[in-house]
Amino acid sequence: MPEKEILEKLKAIVTPYVQNKEGLENFNENTDFLNDLKINSANLVDVVLDVEDEFNIEIDTESMNGMLTAGDAKNIILEKIK
Amino acid sequence: MTSAYIISKLPYAPPFLFVDEILEINAQGVTGLYKFPEDSFFYSGHFKDNPVTPGVLLIECMAQIGVVSLGVFLISSENYENVESDRKIGLSSTEIDFFKPVFPGESVKVVSTKEYFRFNKLKCKVEMFDTEENLICRGKIAGMISREPAL
Repeated sequence: MPEKEILEKLKAIVTPYVQNKEGLENFNENTDFLNDLKINSANLVDVVLDVEDEFNIEIDTESMNGMLTAGDAKNIILEKIK
Repeated sequence: MTSAYIISKLPYAPPFLFVDEILEINAQGVTGLYKFPEDSFFYSGHFKDNPVTPGVLLIECMAQIGVVSLGVFLISSENYENVESDRKIGLSSTEIDFFKPVFPGESVKVVSTKEYFRFNKLKCKVEMFDTEENLICRGKIAGMISREPAL
């Protein structure tokens, strides 16, 4: 799956949980879920569960803890769907 | 795991403990009871001359039985370190619809089904019934627990 497609899918997944909609306009690898999008830690769990469903992968606690930006998420997804 | 054990592990005390008894509990869900005492202080002000149990307290009761009690059970049976360690919990979301008021002295039954417990977040589908099995309110409640003891 092309990286661009993964980022597009990620953007669609996070959108319902985003409190700072401006952060979505410039969604890229450096977008920070907590700081740029103002997603709270509880909703970040929902993002991870939606990512698991969308890409049919399982994310462990270690990966979850390292998932701070869209780029981090993309790399974890790429690693898991290999 | 007994009802008394679960209740003893809850981080609440009167006048803010809204659990009398846990009837049934397992990894998938929990059922519990609470009676709102007729002489509770809030009835004199909610509402003036028309005592009705505040909706926020119905939610609190649903959360204490449906989410926190279940959380205590799940954590204890997962062999986490001692539940008595002072780990913090917090409410993370509620989405509740109300169908029927609860008057002073009424008993309610809370039935909760786990949606998921992942990454320290427990989300449940929770329903509250009166003694005649009429639906009082229902919805989804989620909470988080910190894995490490507080600093």
